[in-house]
Amino acid sequence: MTLPDLSKTPKIDKVGVHERTNRFCTRSIKTSAKQMGLHLALSMIDLTTLEGRDTSEKVKQLCYKARHLDDSIQGLPNVAAVCVYPTLVGVAKKELIGSDIKVASVATAFPSGQSTLEVKLNDTRYAIAEGADEVDMVISRGKFLQGEYNFVFDEIAAVKQACGKAHLKVILETGELDTLDNVRKASDIAMHSGANFIKTSTGKISPAATMPVVFVMLNAIKDFYKETGIKIGMKPAGGISTAKKSLQYLVMLKETLGDEWMNKDLFRFGASSLANDILMQLKKQETGIYQSLDYFSKD
Amino acid sequence: MSKVDINKSWNYAAAPESTAHIQLKKKYDLFIGGDFVKPLSKKYFDTVNPANGEQIAKVAEANKQDVDRAVKAARKAFKSWPKLSVKERGKYIFRIARMMQERAREFAVIESLDGGKPIRESRDIDIPLAANHFFYYAGWSDKLEYAFPNRIPKPLGVAGQIIPWNFPLLMAAWKIAPALATGNTVVMKPAETTSLTALKLAELIQDSGLPKGVVNIITGAGETGAAIVRHPDVDKIAFTGSTEVGKLIEKSLAGIEKKTTLELGGKGANIIFEDAAIEQAVEGIVNAIFFNQGHVCCAGSRLFVQASVADVVIEKLKERISTLIIGDPLDKNTDIGAINSTEQLATIEKYIAIGKKEGADIYQPKSQLPKKGNWCPPTLFLNVSQSHTIVQEEIFGPVLTIQTFRTIDEVIEKANNTPFGLSAGVWTERGSKIFKLSQKLKAGVIWANTFNKFDPASPFGGYKESGIGREGGLHGLKPYLKLES
Repeated sequence: MTLPDLSKTPKIDKVGVHERTNRFCTRSIKTSAKQMGLHLALSMIDLTTLEGRDTSEKVKQLCYKARHLDDSIQGLPNVAAVCVYPTLVGVAKKELIGSDIKVASVATAFPSGQSTLEVKLNDTRYAIAEGADEVDMVISRGKFLQGEYNFVFDEIAAVKQACGKAHLKVILETGELDTLDNVRKASDIAMHSGANFIKTSTGKISPAATMPVVFVMLNAIKDFYKETGIKIGMKPAGGISTAKKSLQYLVMLKETLGDEWMNKDLFRFGASSLANDILMQLKKQETGIYQSLDYFSKD
Repeated sequence: MSKVDINKSWNYAAAPESTAHIQLKKKYDLFIGGDFVKPLSKKYFDTVNPANGEQIAKVAEANKQDVDRAVKAARKAFKSWPKLSVKERGKYIFRIARMMQERAREFAVIESLDGGKPIRESRDIDIPLAANHFFYYAGWSDKLEYAFPNRIPKPLGVAGQIIPWNFPLLMAAWKIAPALATGNTVVMKPAETTSLTALKLAELIQDSGLPKGVVNIITGAGETGAAIVRHPDVDKIAFTGSTEVGKLIEKSLAGIEKKTTLELGGKGANIIFEDAAIEQAVEGIVNAIFFNQGHVCCAGSRLFVQASVADVVIEKLKERISTLIIGDPLDKNTDIGAINSTEQLATIEKYIAIGKKEGADIYQPKSQLPKKGNWCPPTLFLNVSQSHTIVQEEIFGPVLTIQTFRTIDEVIEKANNTPFGLSAGVWTERGSKIFKLSQKLKAGVIWANTFNKFDPASPFGGYKESGIGREGGLHGLKPYLKLES
């Protein structure tokens, strides 16, 4: 693993990117394509709770929801994972025994990442020890914006080592990176330093995931795959709360990386309220009428 | 609910735009003097859907006598139309623009049905732009004196307008809107393969209450067009179409006092520098040549890629065009629709054969084309030079020639080394390079880091064999005016 030559990072034209992502949104996803797309989106969700006020009870409820999305609809897939803070990993792990739902934990002084490497590594090791299958780390955005790319690279590499077999998702916090050129650069650094997934946001900074940002990251993944043969996953997080938006992301994924990336091993949605909106749409497809959101359990 | 297997590959289901809301007659007469009248020729021809070869309607064929009747109606209307207060004149044009927006969906569907272009384009580009042209020129109608200070702008009289089949309604708007705003009356002929939206526009104009005879729309093929050009009582000819026909028009008008504007063919150079945003440039290449199946006079049909990035650009381009969806123009997910006519398909295929014969390397993605109708997959020709026929002549289809270059001077020389000069594109992240090229390239429109962007306020027209005069913007008023002092 070495830091790539960042002077060769492809340039990004913002206007062109916006034009392209707007095109994805004009795709018309109807009938069978809509039904399958919604199932697919549901299977890719990292059901998330990341609040200071989270408790064991709250996480238990979330895990129950993860296992029983809507028992009145048959043939639903499970969500991909439940995403919590390190201290609650143990609770989630226990609740999800016997299911294929993974436990993801944020780590490395989430969400700001403003701490020492030692604290970050301990944070990671603790989450792993508690049973986390996946770790969502944050990069040091301050260092990145200062141009200390080696620092960012080394930090990710160290956390990756601490993860052992657990999957590492690297959060770029694109809302703080300012430009699409920076998003591309940060993506390249993360992939070269050992990320299994690259992820847009913590959900604590606005804007969180946007289609232009994710498009740039998907292109970075494509170029990295061509260069190394390694498939990196993508996780947009925050701000994707409607079924329609999730389908637009899937359109973008399909037309950028193709069918090979269309599964939960390589694509995730970090979201909390998306699942219920998808369930409402699926219910509508089944019954022909929109049901009130009060008929979908909120956990 | 049927069982859903998320491990299968996810494909878009058919999403056809409904045709239930459109109203089409089985037979269309000529729109002369505010009414639909039977042609004196007594002849009608079929207009067909190029996506399946099925007949949609019958359309009247105007002969010389019909043309004369239309010109007389326009001449009669010219007695009063320029005298109407400029404010009232503007109101009529605004009304046409608004009604076009109201009927946009119907216009879009008929445009795609009759011409083969994807509904996404007719819905998002053609029809909104056509309405915008009317809005834009409506605004000028009471401000002409400010457009030309110290001059007294006077209308010419009867304008004969002949438009092509690639953007039927949009070209009608380009022609009719400035003519009306400047106080002229109009005899317009749409192309024979795409008459329907022009005839729907005639219905709209009838409903708008525009004084009778101010706009006359007659249908027919080349003979009808020639009769308009030759008619002695037509004061101005505005033509958009092939360079071949443009030259014929110029010849037949030699020595006659008739103002002309010609918007003809092109072979636009699209230039990608090594310092461009490559991914977006590739998208720009696709948009430049595959927009409207390449039936675009200002298409970027000659690609020049700087040698140092040629491999990556070509690889990405090949990948990208393999994801383009070709098929039913009315499907909302279609990227590339049907070729407009069997004649045009034959022309494109002729050029593809020439390209192969002259030794260029062809690349076409594996795509399933519908069995019926006129189709051509997106086509790349690699390893071509300036001497190849396919580089020199306009193909007017989804065919791109790709050349590489080493230096900026080399690419300027090659880009200008053509009888055409309508459009060009430059892709670089360096502003200075953009300014340099926009001064050196001989093209009517030069796009920087984008392509095929249109706006009513922006003049459009060509150098050399690409045409005479400008349409659009302030410049587009002038060809319809006598500027007296």
